[in-house]
Amino acid sequence: MHEISIAQSALELAVTAAQASGATRIHQLQLRVGVMTGIVPEALMFAFEVVREGTIAEKADLKVQVVPVTCWCSNCQIEFSSGEMVYECPQCHQFNAQLRHGLELELASLEAS
Amino acid sequence: MCKECGCGIVGEVDINGRPGSEISPESVQGSGAESPTGHSHEESHTHGHGVDPGRGDAHTIAVHQAVLQKNDRLAERNRGYFKAKGLLVLNVVSSPGSGKTTFIQKTAAVLGARLRTGVIVGDLATDNDAARLRSSGVPVVQITTGTVCHLEAEMVARAASQLALDSLDLLIIENVGNLVCPATYDLGEDLRVVLLSVTEGEDKPLKYPPVFHSAQAVIVNKMDLAAACEFDREKTLANLHRISHHARIFEVSARTGQGLEAWATYLVEQHRLARSNAVSK
Repeated sequence: MHEISIAQSALELAVTAAQASGATRIHQLQLRVGVMTGIVPEALMFAFEVVREGTIAEKADLKVQVVPVTCWCSNCQIEFSSGEMVYECPQCHQFNAQLRHGLELELASLEAS
Repeated sequence: MCKECGCGIVGEVDINGRPGSEISPESVQGSGAESPTGHSHEESHTHGHGVDPGRGDAHTIAVHQAVLQKNDRLAERNRGYFKAKGLLVLNVVSSPGSGKTTFIQKTAAVLGARLRTGVIVGDLATDNDAARLRSSGVPVVQITTGTVCHLEAEMVARAASQLALDSLDLLIIENVGNLVCPATYDLGEDLRVVLLSVTEGEDKPLKYPPVFHSAQAVIVNKMDLAAACEFDREKTLANLHRISHHARIFEVSARTGQGLEAWATYLVEQHRLARSNAVSK
């Protein structure tokens, strides 16, 4: 259900943006989804297929770019990626890193005509 | 639901048993209140069901907008409104059955006159949790979400308009029991409180990192059952430090009252801080 409301919000944004530019058909939506949002790309795509019905995006594809987690350690002044979503700095091994990327949930662009 | 574009597919939300659409949060949203789905039906739907022009003249439109910007905006509006009312607001999140309702009930009782507490309860169905809280004398508003697995800022605005906020110091929002979806939705709270009970296993923070990472306070509940569950306290705390390294951790038993005084003292202090910030601004 979570993905349904996300897909719907993305679709509403896309329809508004497409109509503002005078387009009548949306062919593709490109979303950027951070790993830390907990959103499952497959579930989002499935949800999109449901919500796009009967809209100007009914034949549109949904492309999801997954944004990995990137952290910043203020002790060492370094940025590091963490595969397991753990904030341990590889240099100083402190756990107080700040999240720089991974919470994105953004409609980046769309293709329309 | 809008038949043309399918918006509103998430369905109707009830507040205290009344359809949410009948409740307008005028005090929060002013006259510009949006419909539950936030979709203005005054816009024309140029859905173009005619000839598909194909993709020949397709062009790329850069949008770069946050998908949940509407919720984020409403959450900020809630936050400003709650701050102006001098309220400390908690968003309590956990798995189903971690003991949120009992914990909230006991928190209100331990606080007594120190902080006057009101509660907004979110559930998929039934108002059993609200009835339990109401029976202990706490002002409660129930949001029945139907099929929606989380609360959104707009539901909270409508529910809050049903409470006498001027006579409260602390507003506790009990989210729908779910550790995934509520993590993404800001409600306008000051503190996100994530509950974990000792019966759930030590690796819960590692399995649900987004919600644990977003917590300002983590409550380890049902400590009275720790021995019976062979609860590994050290391992749990180590896992919490890895994921929620900035959160305050409280080990409590809502049933026996163990640890609740430290939690209450923390809330009184947080309320004082929230109030002094509101006054200085």
